[in-house]
Amino acid sequence: MENINMNDIDTSAPAEHLTFRIGDQEYSLDIMCVREIRGWTKTTPLPHAPAYMKGVINLRGTVLPVMDLAERLGMGSSEHTDRNVIIVVKHNENMTGLLVDAVSDIIALSDDDLRPPPEVGGTRGTGVIKALTLRDERMIRVLNLASVLEFESLDAA
Amino acid sequence: MTDAPDPMAEIRGSFFIECEELLEAMQDGLQEIENGGSDSETINVVFRAVHSIKGGAGAFGLETLVRFAHRYETVMDAVRSGTLDVNTDILKLFFRCADHLSHLVRCSRDEDAFLEEQGRELIDLLNNSIGETEPADEPEVQIDFQPMGLNINLDLDMDGPDLSMDLDIPVFQIHFAPSAELFETGNEPFLILRTLQDLGPCEITCCTEKLVPLEQISPETPYLSWDIVLTANVDIDEILSAFEFVDGLCELKVDQQNISTLAPELSPLEVLPILEVLDVAPPSPLATVLPTPKPTPSAVKSVVRVDLDRIERLVNLVGELVINQAMLSQSLESAGLSPHSDAMNGLEEFQRLTRDIQDSVMMIRAQPVKSLFQRMSRIVRESSAAVNKDVRLDTEGDTTEVDKTVIERLADPLTHMIRNAVDHGLESTDQRTASGKPPQGKISLTAAHRSGRVVIDVSDDGGGINRPKVHQIAIDKGLVPADATLSDSEIDNLLFLPGFSTASEVSDLSGRGVGMDVVRTAIQGLGGRITITSQEGKGTTFSISLPLTLAVLDGMVVQVADETMVLPLNVVVETLTLTETNLDQVRPGLDVVRIRREFVPLFDLGVSLGYRSALDNYIDAVVLLIAHENNSRAALIVDEILDQRQVVIKGLDDSFYRAPGIAAATILGDGQIALILDPTDIIDQAQEISPVKRAS
Repeated sequence: MENINMNDIDTSAPAEHLTFRIGDQEYSLDIMCVREIRGWTKTTPLPHAPAYMKGVINLRGTVLPVMDLAERLGMGSSEHTDRNVIIVVKHNENMTGLLVDAVSDIIALSDDDLRPPPEVGGTRGTGVIKALTLRDERMIRVLNLASVLEFESLDAA
Repeated sequence: MTDAPDPMAEIRGSFFIECEELLEAMQDGLQEIENGGSDSETINVVFRAVHSIKGGAGAFGLETLVRFAHRYETVMDAVRSGTLDVNTDILKLFFRCADHLSHLVRCSRDEDAFLEEQGRELIDLLNNSIGETEPADEPEVQIDFQPMGLNINLDLDMDGPDLSMDLDIPVFQIHFAPSAELFETGNEPFLILRTLQDLGPCEITCCTEKLVPLEQISPETPYLSWDIVLTANVDIDEILSAFEFVDGLCELKVDQQNISTLAPELSPLEVLPILEVLDVAPPSPLATVLPTPKPTPSAVKSVVRVDLDRIERLVNLVGELVINQAMLSQSLESAGLSPHSDAMNGLEEFQRLTRDIQDSVMMIRAQPVKSLFQRMSRIVRESSAAVNKDVRLDTEGDTTEVDKTVIERLADPLTHMIRNAVDHGLESTDQRTASGKPPQGKISLTAAHRSGRVVIDVSDDGGGINRPKVHQIAIDKGLVPADATLSDSEIDNLLFLPGFSTASEVSDLSGRGVGMDVVRTAIQGLGGRITITSQEGKGTTFSISLPLTLAVLDGMVVQVADETMVLPLNVVVETLTLTETNLDQVRPGLDVVRIRREFVPLFDLGVSLGYRSALDNYIDAVVLLIAHENNSRAALIVDEILDQRQVVIKGLDDSFYRAPGIAAATILGDGQIALILDPTDIIDQAQEISPVKRAS
């Protein structure tokens, strides 16, 4: 991941996105916020935590909170297997782990590829999906990381 | 602070750090004078400290500070020159001034408002002491900005040697003219000249020909240069090494004279490219040239200032190393290696080294408690003056070292305890005389290392705790049932209950409602314990026991509902097993365990944390008795006690989710994270009902 050669990326070129799967849905995140991808390790649960908080894991000596993205997106929890992965993202200087089913690919998306999500309001995931795009006839949801991570204050109240 | 780092702010910052050191030196000096162990040098030390603060303050335009320091210094100078005798009053004034000076320094640093009234009063007192009224305008600047040259002449041995006397000793003619860059890089010619003087007798002439009239002086242009005649049995390299740091920043010429006897060919030295040497004659290649042993400078402890962040990082890395080593040893053990195999032996050595490194790193963060104690002596002076008591503070063990954070966080509770001791602990002077005690009250503050912890005692020789009064107040305030019979130590411990204050009248000093419970909470926040002992008529001692560092914690590793968790060892009073006889139910939902004659509320940790629902049967379960902050106790049910050991504390990122009852986390030998519990928090969460009052 960290070996992306910056010289290859022209400013006008499309941004690279990491795509991954949750259940049968495909999502993507801007690759610049992804620090690393780790295999699933057992998390230490936090007491009285909301369902999307899987707990914490040891990331080379620091305590990394892990969020179950499926729970966060309101898709319900699924059994975790060894094939699940944790995408470590950095947002506002905070590192967070996002638990997903599997990582699929790295794709380049330019602004032309992105479609705004249809505005049918009132659902739990509002604002989390920034845009939609089509790849090989499959819909990929582009996540807005800030709203994925920053809704707690609202939800916890 | 989004601004780019301001170089001036940095210099200012280091000035204030220096000030702290100078203030400390000043306090030390005054203390020495008070204890009678002073000589003429002691007052000089104090004087110099004040003078340096003044000088620095002048450079930053801190006028109030300069003005006060100047008056202080003037009076001290009178003492120095013998026109003023140091008596108790003068010394008291000096102490008060020292306190005020510290106050001014701190206010200047934090840009707070000064206590101007106090400043004026002290300046008047200072002026009175030397029978002077404050001059309208002090020509103090003159003193500050004397040209450096004067100092050099004073300090250096100007009695030049008779150069013609001994032709065997080489004589060097050195010309040294600093360029502007030399000063820009913060070099000091005086120090170089001094180094030369250490090599042998020097005759130093300052060349002032280039000096221009004062009004034309540009502060950044060097006008002075020096001619030095050095007679020393040294290699030219040694001379050049004195100029090592100003290499290329000055015009330097080193010639050797009296070489007539040997006339070596003139060849450039190997060191030539290093220095900007214009013309160097090699030294006489005499085999008999003996290196002159350099006089060792007085044993000054060399100190490096390091950014706290860097130390923090090192501490973190060592924490990881400890965890890693634990993981490695666990995996080697599980691989079934013989305990006598090379790998296992090597591992043992590795463990020992890791421990040593950990200890050494912790030592970096350790600081003597001296600065803290000095602050306390100030508190004693201030508070004893406020309540009109004559109090002396004795300190002991102020070289005892404790983690910097611990020291910082100890200041408030300790201040409170000292104030309490002055206000409540010690009797009034009349009462003391009546009971046959010396009129001067004594408070002692001692620090010592005891079995891996630091113990700090605050004791007074006052009347001791008035137990009937304490008991009555506790009953009046409804803190204990009226019919309860309490032991002496139980009564003493009532002082730690929230909202307890024995002072019948609220004095200026203490008794503002913040009581010993705040002190206790602060100490417990540091992983410490506080105990109290009192003897009627003899005095009271508060004893604080603290861990040496906040980076590691003595913990009890327990198993709760398949999770491994750590409890701070200092809250665990004892462990026991539940049996048919000691388990009782008060009502559904409230179980108690009987420990001796006490009923202690019982909580299932797994349930409290929401990890599982209540079990049907708790017989044979393991119970930890926890001392709750407000003096009540609680019993926690755990599944198993696994271990008792030191764990490295890792902070939890609670910007995301703040888990109730969890203080921090640690990483276990198998790489898993274990949560460190905050038992008080858990009990508070679990206690919907008010805490069960202690039954008799």
